[in-house]
Amino acid sequence: MCLAIPGIIEEIYMQDDITMAKVNFQGIKRSVCLAYLTDINIGDYVLVHVGFALKKLSHIDFINANKLINVDSELN
Amino acid sequence: MEVLRPFRDEIKAKSLIDNIKALTTKPVNIMEVCGGQTHTILKYGIEDLLPENIKLLHGPGCPVCVTSLEAIDMAINISLNKDVIFCTYGDMLRVPGSSMDLFKAKALGANLKIVYSPLDALKVALANPCKNIVFFAIGFETTAPANAMLILQAKKLNLKNFFVLCHEVLVPPIIASLLESKESNVQAFLGPGHVCSVMGLHEYEHLVHNYQLPIVVTGFEPLDILEGIYACVQQLNNNGVRLENQYTRAVTQDGNIPAQQAIKDVFEVCDRKWRGLGFIPKSGLSLNSQFKDFDATIKFKVDNLDIQESKECISGEILRGLKKPYECEFFGTKCTPLNPLGATMVSSEGACSAYYKYRQSKLTASP
Ligand code: SF4
Repeated sequence: MCLAIPGIIEEIYMQDDITMAKVNFQGIKRSVCLAYLTDINIGDYVLVHVGFALKKLSHIDFINANKLINVDSELN
Repeated sequence: MEVLRPFRDEIKAKSLIDNIKALTTKPVNIMEVCGGQTHTILKYGIEDLLPENIKLLHGPGCPVCVTSLEAIDMAINISLNKDVIFCTYGDMLRVPGSSMDLFKAKALGANLKIVYSPLDALKVALANPCKNIVFFAIGFETTAPANAMLILQAKKLNLKNFFVLCHEVLVPPIIASLLESKESNVQAFLGPGHVCSVMGLHEYEHLVHNYQLPIVVTGFEPLDILEGIYACVQQLNNNGVRLENQYTRAVTQDGNIPAQQAIKDVFEVCDRKWRGLGFIPKSGLSLNSQFKDFDATIKFKVDNLDIQESKECISGEILRGLKKPYECEFFGTKCTPLNPLGATMVSSEGACSAYYKYRQSKLTASP
């Protein structure tokens, strides 16, 4: 529960006036709130905790973080 | 090198371990704050790779583990109302309350809904206007912005059937409380990486200044943990203390300012009881006066419980770094993940559960 996991933004949309995204976590897609980040685009990498993006990640940090994380156990 | 194979960079891991060994001349206790870090340490057997005189202590950073018995009982109490849909993270279902857990409440008829994100609870409220929806808002500063957004949205949507049972807790006051205790045996901390992604580094600079010990804000991969430990050992060896940020890919000096603002807008600091650790002044967040209409303890009149914790479970001593899970006489016998006596055996980030999962065979094999 204190973990945040890396994902790629595939789609950005508005819902009840907040910016949301469809984020792909190693093939599992989830809705993620982008309200706490600015300047985010499709294809960006983000660190997500309980459905909220907390930090944008660089490509290399994403690749490295993605190697060890067990997304399935974190999301389910 | 076999044991280092799962590390992302075996050569770097080996070099860090060699450097740590070369610098460690006297016994040192390092406490990791986050449950996620505890999980990594156990999963990758990191303590076994270190010199014997480095002891890793597993601190109180698993939000599931420190949620008070009273909060669990309140959750069960509220969930048993016929008109309530109780939304919670799955991890909370097996946490023992004083007489049952939420799982048992479900068997007794409670309508529980497992959510992945706080915003899922909002959808439940919109889809069920004739029911009262209650969300169990637990977590540290990492989770607080998500809970804050949930409440801001509930207010914006003018929801009258939505409430939160709030058990938000804060990391710096618990670190201060551990260090002020006479029994404290911690010489350095691995700071909480994702908490600092939100809050930045300022509060931890104050802790270093006030208590004169190294804090290295650290990530969650095995290499991160080794780098954090190396930085602690270097500082202790040089007799200099400062705040270091090992987890630069996710943590900046100022943190996530919009997220901090949302926390300030919705919550106020309050005293809080922690499971196993007791009342810690100014260590929690509760809804501020503008959002009291969403407070489930007021709506369902369940406040002011005071319950004695079981004397059998020593998780309080484990969370303070005084004991290890295998020193509990019930570890792996009367207390297992399927039949947990304490919260640290429930969550995958709890120390007892991590020892059970990754060390049980070794512990039973050793004389
Ligand atoms: S093994 Fe069980 S009873 Fe013992 S400290 Fe851990 S949670 Fe408590």
